[in-house]
Amino acid sequence: MFIANTQKDREEMLKAIGVSSVKDLLKQVPSKFLYPAFDLPEASLDEQQTARRMKTLADANTAPLSFLGAGAYERYIPAAVKALISRGEYLTAYTPYQPESSQGILQTIYEYQSSVCALYAMDCANASMYDGASAFGEAVRAAVRITCKKKVLCQETLNPQYLQTLKTYFANSHDYLFVTIPSKNGLVDMDKLAALLGTDTACVALQTPNFFGLLEDAPKISELAHKAGALVVAAADPVSLGLFIPPGEYGADFAVGEGQSLGLPLSYGGPYLGIFACKKEYVRQMPGRIAGMTKDKDGKRGFVLTLQAREQHIRRDKAASNICSNEALCALSATIYLALLGPEGLKELARTNAGAAAFAAKKLAGIKGAALKFKGAFFNEFVLDVKGDAAALREKVLAKDHIDIGLPLKDLYPALGPGALLVCATETKTEADLLRLEKAIREAI
Amino acid sequence: MNDITKLDNRLSIERSDPGRRAVMFKNELGSGDAIPAGLARKTAPRLPELSEFDVVRHYTKLSKINFSIDTNFYPLGSCTMKYNPKINEEVAAQPGFANLHPLSHDKASQGTLEMLYDLEKRLCALTGLDAFTLQPAAGAHSEFTGLLIAKAYFAKIGQSQRVDIICPDSAHGTNPATASMLGFNAINIKSGPDGRVDPTDLKAHLGDKTAVVMLTIPNTLGIFESRIEEIAEMAHKAGALVYMDGANFNALIGIVKPGDLGVDIMHINTHKTFSTPHGGGGPGAGGIGVKKQLENFLPVPRVKKDGETYRTDFCCPDSIGKVKAFFGNTGVLTRAYAYLLMHSKKELAGIAENAVLNANYMKSRLQDVFPAHSGDYCMHECVLTPPVALAAKGLKTLDIAKRLLDYGFHAPTIYFPLIVHEAIMIEPTETESKETMDAFIETMMKINEEGAADPQLLKDAPHTMPVKRLDEVLAARQPNLRW
Repeated sequence: MFIANTQKDREEMLKAIGVSSVKDLLKQVPSKFLYPAFDLPEASLDEQQTARRMKTLADANTAPLSFLGAGAYERYIPAAVKALISRGEYLTAYTPYQPESSQGILQTIYEYQSSVCALYAMDCANASMYDGASAFGEAVRAAVRITCKKKVLCQETLNPQYLQTLKTYFANSHDYLFVTIPSKNGLVDMDKLAALLGTDTACVALQTPNFFGLLEDAPKISELAHKAGALVVAAADPVSLGLFIPPGEYGADFAVGEGQSLGLPLSYGGPYLGIFACKKEYVRQMPGRIAGMTKDKDGKRGFVLTLQAREQHIRRDKAASNICSNEALCALSATIYLALLGPEGLKELARTNAGAAAFAAKKLAGIKGAALKFKGAFFNEFVLDVKGDAAALREKVLAKDHIDIGLPLKDLYPALGPGALLVCATETKTEADLLRLEKAIREAI
Repeated sequence: MNDITKLDNRLSIERSDPGRRAVMFKNELGSGDAIPAGLARKTAPRLPELSEFDVVRHYTKLSKINFSIDTNFYPLGSCTMKYNPKINEEVAAQPGFANLHPLSHDKASQGTLEMLYDLEKRLCALTGLDAFTLQPAAGAHSEFTGLLIAKAYFAKIGQSQRVDIICPDSAHGTNPATASMLGFNAINIKSGPDGRVDPTDLKAHLGDKTAVVMLTIPNTLGIFESRIEEIAEMAHKAGALVYMDGANFNALIGIVKPGDLGVDIMHINTHKTFSTPHGGGGPGAGGIGVKKQLENFLPVPRVKKDGETYRTDFCCPDSIGKVKAFFGNTGVLTRAYAYLLMHSKKELAGIAENAVLNANYMKSRLQDVFPAHSGDYCMHECVLTPPVALAAKGLKTLDIAKRLLDYGFHAPTIYFPLIVHEAIMIEPTETESKETMDAFIETMMKINEEGAADPQLLKDAPHTMPVKRLDEVLAARQPNLRW
């Protein structure tokens, strides 16, 4: 499949090389290792059969009406995003190592970095990381590197996926100390934070909206952290920034986010987009690719990958990170998505999300045997406390009504009790969808 | 407008017209609750204001000033720029796959779980390893995962004193970068005169501090480590593990199982070997395969099969945890799986055989003018150097690379591996036709003649791209990274 060489081509090439078979070219491989038995199918599928097989698998994902969020969000993806990123010129390009022939992707990276800086109100951004969680891990690493301090304060209400990834990024290293900032009513407990902060603190790692969907008082957290001489690493959902204060406005030193919300499908966890931005004094501590504007020899504007002395292919074991491939095409999706929405569209989107979630919360809290767990302001998801076991309720409603009511939190936060359920409603949900959810829970509870 | 050197390169923000709109969201359910004091955004983000038509034209025009494999031959050594089948895109975009939330109930995710389970199984068969994780998002991320597994393994058996990672000087930069990111010492060993690891030199560095011997097979010179059996035996005898960087697995797929060579941990890059598109820098998708004794250390969740049902398993006490949120880059893995479905055992071997044939054809036709680093036959790629006569005129590999762009060819990988002065690393892959390779060879010969007759022509190249050579020093000294 997909090989152009005909038998005649192969013979001509072998002749030009001066050998009689490909096996002659493989003499450097000890023969005992060549052509072993493989436990693989003898036959392959043709294109149509492959399409059919893949459709059968896709259809085996049963696609219930879903109210899952928790770090990945069901979104409407405008048709223009999909059409543009499907262009082979973008899709099948490599990293722009020869800038003169890759001005297209380089300019889009520059536009991406600019859009991220605008959205997060930060000075500079890189060309992307793997996802929000790994970007968060890299930002905390950078903060530890810059301050040469060990203690990292993490809010208790951080997305557990982020926390697990963060811990892996520091795995087995004795250069750090993770301390959890206790929460009160689902939010960072400011008194406890103040007590934990000290001259030994490298950074405060915060997330807003937090895992429960609640808005943290990030300006206050940031103020306390800076007063103690610690850096601030802030994770923020990009869509929420259509309404809420961006990390740069409260002085965050590093800002990260999960860019999946900006035009990327859910695809069972990836490819997503790690948004990474920082203050300009830390630009040389940024991991990954960065595009910059420059001039050609005639003085014409052009773009290149720059500040490469931070990167693995130059610095090897002294590099800021080992990252090589990033999520360039996902960054392009986000760039196009933000260009389509503009400042006004982003605000509308954020409002629509807040509106859908508020509507859902009001309806669900009206069910006998269900109530909102926390009182604080939330964005597009919230914790509902249901009578009995939320996981059992999820199973029951999924089987009966083909609705996934949300994520039970019992395993992640046992202290919340067995009834805690994280429910999300984005712009994709209509009034009819939300009323269906309400009815299903009311009947099942 | 067909002359790309005259293309309008305004930024999207410079095309912005206040009040112009594209995508709107008409609010049906109210605007939500009031925003607490001090937490509202004060200034709107400075994003472009454009119509949908503006956006489509802008990004379509930019796409036209971008090389890609769909449009150009891309012989980037070690990057394996093979054809990306269109069916892969179609299958991955199916709503059943694309709309699946990563925290979906296992009962609602059986199709994807079955796909992942079978993909892991096929990768185990291809590599001769016992278990796979598909969580890493790319090659370097896989290296991180693989070395973390080694670290956890040594901690478990009480040998945390093993802090050295040995890699040859021909290794990709990601190898030593990953080692130091995890707190290991990266120990560089010199390649022998034939470009291979010298077992005697390796032996001198092996000891009870060695955690992992990290090798790229074939290596970045396109050469197979012929003495791999001896090397692996030495490493194992010293108590170390053998890691194979699978960036060049395209040379071995279907004809050699790395597990047979004594490899304990190996990564794959789907965008290299398994035809997934690289998207101008990513997304990739990785994968780590391990031998049985390392299986318990793989990241969670694992995909398990009970009878005819698939499930995600988070209960692995020795697991290293998570290297990213949720699962892996499943959308990319879906493409790789479709590609594997389309290949029988024999067709898989055909990938490696044609990759090796094409690379040797290029090498044999070019090496009289562009001296090869190695006299041996190569595997999937070859490393050449500039003609001596051109070098004498002060011409560099960079000049040849830039001139290739004028002829519509992407440049090979240049100045890598670092151990070859002025390296030109060519990898045609199995999917290029003889015709394309012949055209490339003729162009290289022509550039040699041009360089001899008029060196300035090459020094000033490219001449037909949207921009001339760019000032990279200015870019780094006065960083302009945003509007």
